[in-house]
Amino acid sequence: MSTQIPTQATLLQLVIDGLRDVLAMSERPVPEVIDTTTSLIGKQAVLDSLALVTLIVDLEQRIEEEYDIALTLADDRAMSQKHSPFRTVGALTAYIEELLGEERGNG
Amino acid sequence: MAEVVLITGTRKGIGRHLAEHFVRRGAIVAGCSRELPDWELAGYTHHQLDITDETQVRAMCSAIQRRHGRLDVAINNAGIASMNHALLVPSATLTRILATNVVGSFLVCREAAKLMRRHRYGRIINFSTIAVPMRLEGEAIYAASKSAVETLTRVLAKELAAFGITVNAVGPTPIETDLIRSVPAEKIQQIIDSLAIRRLGTFADVANVVDFFVRPESDYITGQVIYLGGGG
Repeated sequence: MSTQIPTQATLLQLVIDGLRDVLAMSERPVPEVIDTTTSLIGKQAVLDSLALVTLIVDLEQRIEEEYDIALTLADDRAMSQKHSPFRTVGALTAYIEELLGEERGNG
Repeated sequence: MAEVVLITGTRKGIGRHLAEHFVRRGAIVAGCSRELPDWELAGYTHHQLDITDETQVRAMCSAIQRRHGRLDVAINNAGIASMNHALLVPSATLTRILATNVVGSFLVCREAAKLMRRHRYGRIINFSTIAVPMRLEGEAIYAASKSAVETLTRVLAKELAAFGITVNAVGPTPIETDLIRSVPAEKIQQIIDSLAIRRLGTFADVANVVDFFVRPESDYITGQVIYLGGGG
């Protein structure tokens, strides 16, 4: 378990790995390239809604196991944001980084 | 591999009996209550917490995951009641009952399901009561809270089916526990007289329904509420 604040690159890899695992479990095609622009919701989404739920819960659990921080990614704030933090891999990574920063700040 | 079972409200009554029941059949059992129990059991671990506290429920489930690496069964037994005429029920009582029975059950369902989905297998059993179908006078808030638990059971059954998790509920009749200690004997007798099978329920009656929901062959049974004694 690490007590360091993960870098953005580490978090991006965490999200991409999580997404690859969820896609592997589902029967949906895995895109050749997964990067910050990969869509998680909407018409271009690589996931269906159930797979997105799975990804969010997976990421919460991975973050808790790696960094001992219990984040809630899908709270009222996330749901009410004009630009959903779940729209792309990049947006989700940035949102996790923001929440981790707040947790560390409070801790 | 031994099944890992979480039971809420294990300090006494039905919860304690179920903890003993599952330990007897070789399960690894974790339980919780707000106060520490005055008993111990090999194969049983107690967590002292308030199930209405999201952070504490999450911490308990994380501890189960760390210690056992899985969760197979969650039994939402913890519940409180208050019997009184609706005109005499203070809002604090309402808030307290809804918090434990509805919020607590939901939080445990949610966190348990997050662990269960990892192995694509799980059994969640919630607790209703025959006060729901019998619309018992004096139990408006208690019965309403358990109606919410029934609806939760039916909707979660749909939402969690894709993860291999079934969600069902048992609706006991009056059983000799602290929950009914303050209810007058004649009121209990009235309830018993309106059942198809006219007797008090037993811990074994509850365990029998729980066993049915838990068994692997019941993987096509979900979103169901079974009442004891032919009540409702």
